[in-house]
Amino acid sequence: MNRFAQLLDRLAYEPRRNAKIALMADYFRHVPDPERGYALAALTGSLGFAEAKPGLVRALIAERTDPVLFGLSYDFVGDLSETVALMWPAPEIRPNAVPSLAEVVETLAETAKRDLPAILARWLDALDEAGRWACLKLITGGLRVGVSARLAKTAVAQLGAIEPDEVEHVWHGLAVPYLDLFAWVEGRGPRPESDDPAPFRPPMLAHAVEDGDFDRLDPAAFVAEWKWDGIRVQAAAGLSLETRRHRRRLYSRTGEDIGAAFPDLLEALDFDATIDGELLVLVDGRVQSFNVLQQRLNRKTVTARMLTEQPAHIRAYDLLVEAGEDLRALPFAARRERLERFIARTAHPRLDLSPLIPFASWEALAEARADPAAAGAGPDAEAVEGVMLKRHDSPYLPGRPKGLWYKWKRDPRVVDAVLMYAQRGHGKRSSFYSDFTFGVWRGSGADAELVPVGKAYFGFTDQELTELDRFVRRHTINRFGPVREVQHDAAVGLVLEVAFEGLGRSTRHKSGVAMRFPRISRIRWDKPPAEADRIEVLEAMLRSAAPADAAPADED
Amino acid sequence: MPVAADLLTLTPAGLYCPRGGFHIDPVRPVDRALITHGHSDHARSGHGAVLATPETLAIMSVRYGEDFAGATEAAGLGRPSRIGDIRVTFHPAGHVLGSAQIALEAGGCRIVVSGDYKRQLDPTCSPFETVACDVFVTEATFGLPVFRHPDARGEAAKLIGSLALFPDRPHLVGAYALGKAQRMIALLREAGYDDTIFLHGALERLCQFYESRGIELGPLDPVRGLKPKDLAGRIVLCPPGSMADLWSRRLGDPVTAFASGWMRVRARARQRGVELPLIVSDHADWDDLTATIEETGAGEVWVTHGAEEALVHWCRLRGLDARPLNLLGYGDEGDNLDESVKISEDH
Repeated sequence: MNRFAQLLDRLAYEPRRNAKIALMADYFRHVPDPERGYALAALTGSLGFAEAKPGLVRALIAERTDPVLFGLSYDFVGDLSETVALMWPAPEIRPNAVPSLAEVVETLAETAKRDLPAILARWLDALDEAGRWACLKLITGGLRVGVSARLAKTAVAQLGAIEPDEVEHVWHGLAVPYLDLFAWVEGRGPRPESDDPAPFRPPMLAHAVEDGDFDRLDPAAFVAEWKWDGIRVQAAAGLSLETRRHRRRLYSRTGEDIGAAFPDLLEALDFDATIDGELLVLVDGRVQSFNVLQQRLNRKTVTARMLTEQPAHIRAYDLLVEAGEDLRALPFAARRERLERFIARTAHPRLDLSPLIPFASWEALAEARADPAAAGAGPDAEAVEGVMLKRHDSPYLPGRPKGLWYKWKRDPRVVDAVLMYAQRGHGKRSSFYSDFTFGVWRGSGADAELVPVGKAYFGFTDQELTELDRFVRRHTINRFGPVREVQHDAAVGLVLEVAFEGLGRSTRHKSGVAMRFPRISRIRWDKPPAEADRIEVLEAMLRSAAPADAAPADED
Repeated sequence: MPVAADLLTLTPAGLYCPRGGFHIDPVRPVDRALITHGHSDHARSGHGAVLATPETLAIMSVRYGEDFAGATEAAGLGRPSRIGDIRVTFHPAGHVLGSAQIALEAGGCRIVVSGDYKRQLDPTCSPFETVACDVFVTEATFGLPVFRHPDARGEAAKLIGSLALFPDRPHLVGAYALGKAQRMIALLREAGYDDTIFLHGALERLCQFYESRGIELGPLDPVRGLKPKDLAGRIVLCPPGSMADLWSRRLGDPVTAFASGWMRVRARARQRGVELPLIVSDHADWDDLTATIEETGAGEVWVTHGAEEALVHWCRLRGLDARPLNLLGYGDEGDNLDESVKISEDH
């Protein structure tokens, strides 16, 4: 467990992709089976423990620490596993055997719920801080060390002279702790039996359009599509030559298998091909907001009611493989033609084609982007968060190659609001006041008051965060647990320029409006609070249009 | 305790002894100051007269020039002197070279102002000495039970291990110019690391000063003029403020490490973009703060700066009289969250 804890520790701090791969490869090279196999399972998200929950961890620490000291510590650290790992009192007698990762994983899988607290406490007694942290992260799910399944597999491939795609091909035939996989990449064994007919293929990503791009790009070299506010997915299906079984998989853009949450879509994948597209929820042919889609994400299982009320759908924009033929080297225009024919032939109600946007100049495309409803998106315009540009001749290349694909998001709306409350952040931002509630003016004269309209926790630089944090500390007038009320009146206060994607009516907010995807676009140190915007400005925006309606969680 | 209040009270300039007419570690110029150690938030220039250990006086003149105070007087460790009817004794605090606790005694009452202190072994300064007292004035920089510093030797080993893992990248280590930098070097030497260690210009004079006091730091060279490839697999030390500024770009793509007790909390390390956090602190951790309070036998505890709330709570749970002093000027406001003060002043 200690060696695994060291690996996680180092990964959590390492921003460089190649260095992460080097760290993992070094681990796989030096740690024996089956320990490294369990580590690979943990890194690829292939482990899950039904009975171990954060509540169990909370109960254990509550028995061992003063509640006030725990509260102050948790508030400072901002992460439950880490707080418990650091605060865990040294036992009078430290068990002399540190559990291995294999022991932890195997024990968790077969232990009854009522026996867990004692076993977990014994492990925590035996481990050091880093070991406890790793153990608790493993148990409560989500290592969050910035490693995708794909990256971990790339590290495995480096043990031998094997392409990461090769590991991907055999992956789904494998079982934890992957003894045959390691034997194969190290040249000690045969290629594992797995003619996976539906492997994950790393997606091609786009660059954001930047100032000046349109001066040098030729509109005639590109096609445009709507950028949908859903989740990028890859739907792969095919017939296994050995088992004669038809395999169907739905992957997230990082290669996680998310099919279990979407049985309704798997049913639709009755073909032999790999599609790149957007996962959306469609009701009566209309795209629903991201909030609706979100209810279906991150689930291990799905209820019958969800299947009827929030039916999932794929809007396809690329075809990577068809009937065993890899199309990725073909130019986009050729793949698109194949895709159009494929979708027409499949004719499944859960699959459709992401339409192209006709345009002759960048000005014309800008108009379409500003008003998708009039430019062909029709009633689905609310689910459009911008446009995508793809070169006619672009092959499908994994990663984010330069000069081929671009994303051009819609312009956000902005409003000047006044900072009212601030709350400590979590994770990276813990110990900074980084969640900001802001308001705009309502009423006039002596009755003028600020009403909250939203909350933002990003959009600023680290330097600005330090300044915002300092402002909050120096202008606190009230404390409510982790929340501070910050001075906000006509004369003293901080004006924030807030950018957002859409507005909705809200009964939860006193102001009656709620913002989608708000973020702080500028800090107006120069502007007196009295000159911030009024609620009428937002109400006018609400009346004038029905803007995009959701917060994109997953880019491209 | 009326006697205690007679001995020590709080003024805007900081802790003040009315009967002796002197301040301890004042944050603004005063007539007469007793200084616990040379960090610039405790040792400021411009006082009328300063009483401190010879090392602290020397550090102040290195940093501020010879005329940093109207008059200076050296205090020997463990040797009492009198100021009015107050008996004043300096005792080692184990924080940095020359650091001391200051004990004040009169009328049968003893107050110990500990300044900043630590209990961990440090080859570059005299170890902390527990002084029994009635009132113990303590810091609480790491006054939360999540702060338990590991053995610093393990952290030095972590750094040396990383050199082997990334032999083609310089390893840039942020360390406060006074105390931490020299302790890191000494730790690396103890671990058998004999290669030249490269220094940012701001560290050179204090390292020279340590060496002039008999603390051997091994081969050191300025980093000036060297290229990234000259520094591949080498250790470069700089003040924390330089880790992310223009200066560090000359190193190409270094592994960035930071030697600080704050590195215990992951979020803090990530906020600063640190890839290799080294938990090496010159302050007492939670276990040492609480153990020290118990060892002094003090019935009353005053907490100067840091996470006062938790330490005061802990004292009260033990039936000790405890109060936060909320001293401003050491670090920033209560939480010690604003490191910019510490960084710019190499605390």
